[in-house]
Amino acid sequence: MADIIKKATRESFGEAVCELAKEHSEIVVLDADLAAATKTSIFKKQYPDRFIDCGIAESNMMGIAAGLATCGKVPFAASFAMFATGRAYEQVRNSIGYPHLNVKVVGSHAGISVGEDGATHQCCEDIALMRTIPDMVILNPADHYEMIEATKAAYNHKGPVYIRLGRLAIDSFNDPSNYKFELGKGITLHEGNDITVIATGLVVNEALKAVRAIESEGINARLINIHTIKPIDKDIIIKAAKETGKIITVEEHNIIGGLGEAVCAVTSEEYPVPVKRIGINDCYGHSGPAVELLKQFGLCEENIVKVIKEQLDK
Amino acid sequence: MNSTEKLELKKAACKVRMGAIEGVFNAKSGHPGGSLSAADIFTYLYLKELNVNPENPKDPDRDRFVLSKGHCCPGLYAALALKGFFSMDELKSLRHIGAMLQGHPDMKSTPGIDMSSGSLGQGISAACGMAMAGKMDNKNYRVYALLGDGECQEGQVWEAAMFAGHRHLDNLCIIIDNNGLQIDGRVNDICSIEPLDKKLESFGFEVFKINGHCFDQIEDAFNKAKKVKGKPCAIIAATIKGKGVSYMEDNGSWHGTAPNKEQYEKAMDELKAQLASLEA
Repeated sequence: MADIIKKATRESFGEAVCELAKEHSEIVVLDADLAAATKTSIFKKQYPDRFIDCGIAESNMMGIAAGLATCGKVPFAASFAMFATGRAYEQVRNSIGYPHLNVKVVGSHAGISVGEDGATHQCCEDIALMRTIPDMVILNPADHYEMIEATKAAYNHKGPVYIRLGRLAIDSFNDPSNYKFELGKGITLHEGNDITVIATGLVVNEALKAVRAIESEGINARLINIHTIKPIDKDIIIKAAKETGKIITVEEHNIIGGLGEAVCAVTSEEYPVPVKRIGINDCYGHSGPAVELLKQFGLCEENIVKVIKEQLDK
Repeated sequence: MNSTEKLELKKAACKVRMGAIEGVFNAKSGHPGGSLSAADIFTYLYLKELNVNPENPKDPDRDRFVLSKGHCCPGLYAALALKGFFSMDELKSLRHIGAMLQGHPDMKSTPGIDMSSGSLGQGISAACGMAMAGKMDNKNYRVYALLGDGECQEGQVWEAAMFAGHRHLDNLCIIIDNNGLQIDGRVNDICSIEPLDKKLESFGFEVFKINGHCFDQIEDAFNKAKKVKGKPCAIIAATIKGKGVSYMEDNGSWHGTAPNKEQYEKAMDELKAQLASLEA
């Protein structure tokens, strides 16, 4: 097992895009006055001539990225998830999505783990917004190692991609020596046939702790990590529905429009089974330390264990 | 420009106007007013100004044109057809199911279209990105974007203008089709954008004010713009919405309405008469 690295995925992304840029001169990075926070500052320092700070104007930034892409550049345009996908939604839809331009939209500070900044900056809608754009690929990596591979995959995919980054430093759980990222393919992290937990992003590690914790109580829960929310891995979901009969989804996102509903769409059309969604229950976040907020909103090992037991008792 | 050249441009502009009317009539929808106000600018751009080749529409060294006021594509499509990017017959399929000529420009389906556009305010940002790429790669191409005057009410126009000025994008030239009308009425009554020249100057642009229907003035402005170093240029072209069709001129109700058969025939008769008098 590799060393556990405690790092925010925004930082892993900043390092990964810098590494990629060594080999690929067409990569450019754009930011809207948040380079220090999104960690595109790492790229800015190393490649100042390929870094474009657009100032506090996210809508324009997405259009600039689109124009650059028409000329063969591969732009990574970063801001907070709230502004990259919220404020600039229509620019992403019409200037990037519709012409299928090779722009990577990067949304940092996603979810409630933004912490003290509170509700205006805690974006729990980004996945829902990006899911509605045809052909948009959505990546939500769960740890440092996954983020590095996801950044490479985003580059290798020709077309628009949304990459979700977190602010909070989190422990890695993947082992880089045998980790393989395949765009659109879920990863089974824990085998079991009693029930399936499907998680994405920073809560995957909490779900992993939960399924391991209940093993001693004789409960064998399967855990699937969905790093690619779109296109979603239908096969792994249908297989889990058939073999375990019950599904729980866990995400740091509104239960409306996110992973939970993406899973429900697959099961309801292909193999209906009960699906319980753990996430932000259609409400705003609020200020507080990130880890405490995650606990308060049920995005923690203890709550996942509790919900697994409740679902099995039904 | 000599008188022969000017005559040829005037004749071509007549054909562009006829193509725009043909398209909108056959589509039974579309935007004739702004297509006609910008027709002389489209004509000059494609016949004289832009370094583009219909045989190689994706040439990385070509000049770029972004129709930020995307709804006026019937006029642009007619100019592209006249230049040879596709046949004039194609104009009749505008807005039809399966047609390559979409209701607003689609770069994926139409040769010669450098950027998909139609949502106002977005084209100028893409043009800035293209100009930025040219600077980063030391390319000599120039980037042009045509905006509506009403479009300048969009905040994104000014985000992009700030960017262009700050980055000294002297390979960028925007043109404002200043026809004074928007859907709900006169721009000056709805939400005035004036003083547009001073606004653009304060954002770092070199500004030229011209009559957008006078080829001498259009040529003069584009030639001067090419010589400006260290800042982007803006050409504010005073135009008449619906120019060339008597009953459409300066009449806002023709912003987004197609002529019926009788109106279509009257418009075409007028334009044919103008062409005939130029050819005489």
